[in-house]
Amino acid sequence: MNSSVITGPIAVVGNPNTGKTTLFNALTGLSQRTGNFPGCTVEKKTGRITLDKGVINAVDLPGTYSLAAVSLDELVVPDVLLGVQEGIEPVGGILVVADACALHRNLYLVSQLMELGRPMVMALNMMDLAHEQGLEINVDLLSERLGFPVIATHAGKADGLAELRLALRRMVDGKVSPTKGTLLQDCHRKAEELAGHLATEHQTTLPANLVFRALFDESGFAAEHLGERFGNDFTEHLLETRRELEAEHGRLIELETRTRYQWVRDLLDSVITQPQVKVTTRSERIDQFLTHKVWGFVALLAILTVLFQTIYTWAGPLMDGIEGMVGALGGAIGSLLPEGMLHSLVVDGVIAGVGAVLVFLPQILLLFLFIAVLEDCGYMARAAFLMDRIFSKVGLSGKSLIPLLSSFACAVPGIMATRTIPHPRDRFTTIFVAPLMSCSARLPVYVIMISAFIPAKTVMGVFGLQGLTLLGMYLVGVVVAVPTAWVLKKTLLKGETPPFLMELPSFKQPSIRTVGMRVFHSGMAFVSRAGTVIMAVTILVWAMGYFPRPVEITQQYDHQKTLAEAAHLQAEAEMLSAYLPESGPLSLEAMTRIRETSQELAGLDTYLAPEGAAPGLVALYADWQTENMRYADEVNQLEADESGDLLRASYLGRMGQVVEPLVTPLGWDWRIGMATIASFPAREIIIATLGVIFNLGADQDEESDSLKDALHASVRKDGTKLFTIPVALSIMVFFALCAQCAATLATIKKETDSWMWPVLSFAYMTSLAYAASFAVYHLTTALGWG
Amino acid sequence: MTLNSLTPGQTGTIKCVTGSGATYQRLLEMGLITDTKVQVIRLAPLGDPMEICLHGYHLSLRKNEAAMVEVVHE
Repeated sequence: MNSSVITGPIAVVGNPNTGKTTLFNALTGLSQRTGNFPGCTVEKKTGRITLDKGVINAVDLPGTYSLAAVSLDELVVPDVLLGVQEGIEPVGGILVVADACALHRNLYLVSQLMELGRPMVMALNMMDLAHEQGLEINVDLLSERLGFPVIATHAGKADGLAELRLALRRMVDGKVSPTKGTLLQDCHRKAEELAGHLATEHQTTLPANLVFRALFDESGFAAEHLGERFGNDFTEHLLETRRELEAEHGRLIELETRTRYQWVRDLLDSVITQPQVKVTTRSERIDQFLTHKVWGFVALLAILTVLFQTIYTWAGPLMDGIEGMVGALGGAIGSLLPEGMLHSLVVDGVIAGVGAVLVFLPQILLLFLFIAVLEDCGYMARAAFLMDRIFSKVGLSGKSLIPLLSSFACAVPGIMATRTIPHPRDRFTTIFVAPLMSCSARLPVYVIMISAFIPAKTVMGVFGLQGLTLLGMYLVGVVVAVPTAWVLKKTLLKGETPPFLMELPSFKQPSIRTVGMRVFHSGMAFVSRAGTVIMAVTILVWAMGYFPRPVEITQQYDHQKTLAEAAHLQAEAEMLSAYLPESGPLSLEAMTRIRETSQELAGLDTYLAPEGAAPGLVALYADWQTENMRYADEVNQLEADESGDLLRASYLGRMGQVVEPLVTPLGWDWRIGMATIASFPAREIIIATLGVIFNLGADQDEESDSLKDALHASVRKDGTKLFTIPVALSIMVFFALCAQCAATLATIKKETDSWMWPVLSFAYMTSLAYAASFAVYHLTTALGWG
Repeated sequence: MTLNSLTPGQTGTIKCVTGSGATYQRLLEMGLITDTKVQVIRLAPLGDPMEICLHGYHLSLRKNEAAMVEVVHE
């Protein structure tokens, strides 16, 4: 067998939960890159492994139990290994990572890999856990029987890494022979014949192994996939060959698994020694607690509480800090630029846009951290195990739990977490439903509407009405999500229920490095992907709210400000002349001298009389302070009024007015409509926008009393109150269900690798929000809650 | 009898697996083939899925999936 120097990348494969990723990280370190395999949603993780002399490229393939694929995503592993996957060069060698505690099952995949004819090295990982269970493994004998190097490793620590690098070096240097499969020879020959046929008929070279898989896989995915590519007579040929083989051997999958596992049994004979008495592992003891009827749920609840609490207590201050810094940056740069469009673009557009992205980060990173830790230590599988029954009722599985729960904080990490859901149909359904979970950005809207309009009464003497309303808003999303998922699985995403069959891996200490890298990469992905979208949309909304800038309005306010300033100076002059003994009008010089004196006094921090000042001066000082405060308020109000008028005259304002007939059935007027349109990129924008519309300036937040007062006071054209309880409820319900987050839509696009899903999500949620808002408004008005 | 009718603590040896499609394929690939010894560890608190132990690892599967596995109870 020819062994030559390897140039292509080393593929790192293995079952899930073998510590493969941790090992990959240990070998490639910071050289890791994540990208995409074109045409599917599987992430491509590559890196460079430093060996004794030089480096070799490596690619970390998704964990899999077998090369048999039931979906397009699973096809990536055999495609990459056989050199037919776009986006990566043909593989030069294979590093298979196996779990020493489940060697029997791991070797199933190994037997399939051996038929690929590439040089191979095995890392036998988690040897320490095997020892704990009392398993003795004769690594040398195993290696001898397999015919390639087997290195015992424990990737969490550095044990075996050096040896592994040496073995990889030997493989790269061509000193490890390519593997040779010995099983199912006649079937392989038939597959080769068929592949040869294809080559002549269709002028295409297809690896015999893929044809082999198409023959064997009952679920038919590989066959379907090839059939689509090569047409009906290929499929017929394939089915005929399959029938021939089945006539001889019986069901092919049964043949394959029986043959391979027999090989595994023979291979492992006297390689593994089981302990005499079964040892209850630490993992099993923990499981007795975590999957207990009662304690299991208590633990789940506790973990979730910690998750959300961390986000609100830790992320909260960090987010405030970032908002503060962005505000300060805006102020600093703003003071350098002259008033005008550029100033506004930079401060209110670009910097606000950057701020909108960065302010997300603490929350998102914390969520990623939590999810990564829960996954790495093995808890996620237990959570899925506990909740599966509920999820299977809508056609999903317990694996959707953590992604959906994360979406209660923020849908972006929640949707990214759906990568742990193996089957695409389940994953897409979960992605579609995730934004319906009321995220933390909706909370300010709920808070202000509830605290302003829902009476602080108690229901049945115990439950606070306000608290119940808040709970209700959260439940709205969940209640809608259930039928949505159910319908989706019966229509667009209909198909055979995917197998649940989930391994419960042993608990292990999460690797700091693995968790850290995952958080880092996810954070970067968020910033680059969602970040650009948020920035673009923020600037767009800024532009719509800024332009056009009718000169009539700015001129009118400039005029008013000039008048106000003149009146202020006049008032000052009168005050000062009352104090001075001069008679007649004061000269400009005198005025200036006096103002300067008062300004020196104003340098003192107190309103009280400075020591030793004459009584007349004290009175002057007090009056002067009062007049200054009045003038400042007047100017602020003028500017707020100006902002309000400009916003009303802007494109956004015009859109609000155009949209008014559409939102009137919801009980809204054009101002609410406009604020809602402005919040399509990011929900929180509505608070600041409402502030501007009601002439309070843009610094309002959900706790602001002046905003609440303004909302209470606002009236429609016919004089009736604008905000009533039904209106507040209809606004909240709209925000609960509407797709108002550019970041989420960008994430959906990336995770589904299509435009259809984010567009569908947007259309669906917006229509849903409208319908529900309409229903709520009219129902509550009819009930007389208005 | 089928795997889903075993209770926690009981062991059985697999006689055969019935059914078809992706679930059938996965059951076999995960090692649930003729002559394999399995032990039922527990049922999830809500009654489903069930956790079994075979060949040194723990696998959870739904009762309707376990119903495809015929076992001989020992």
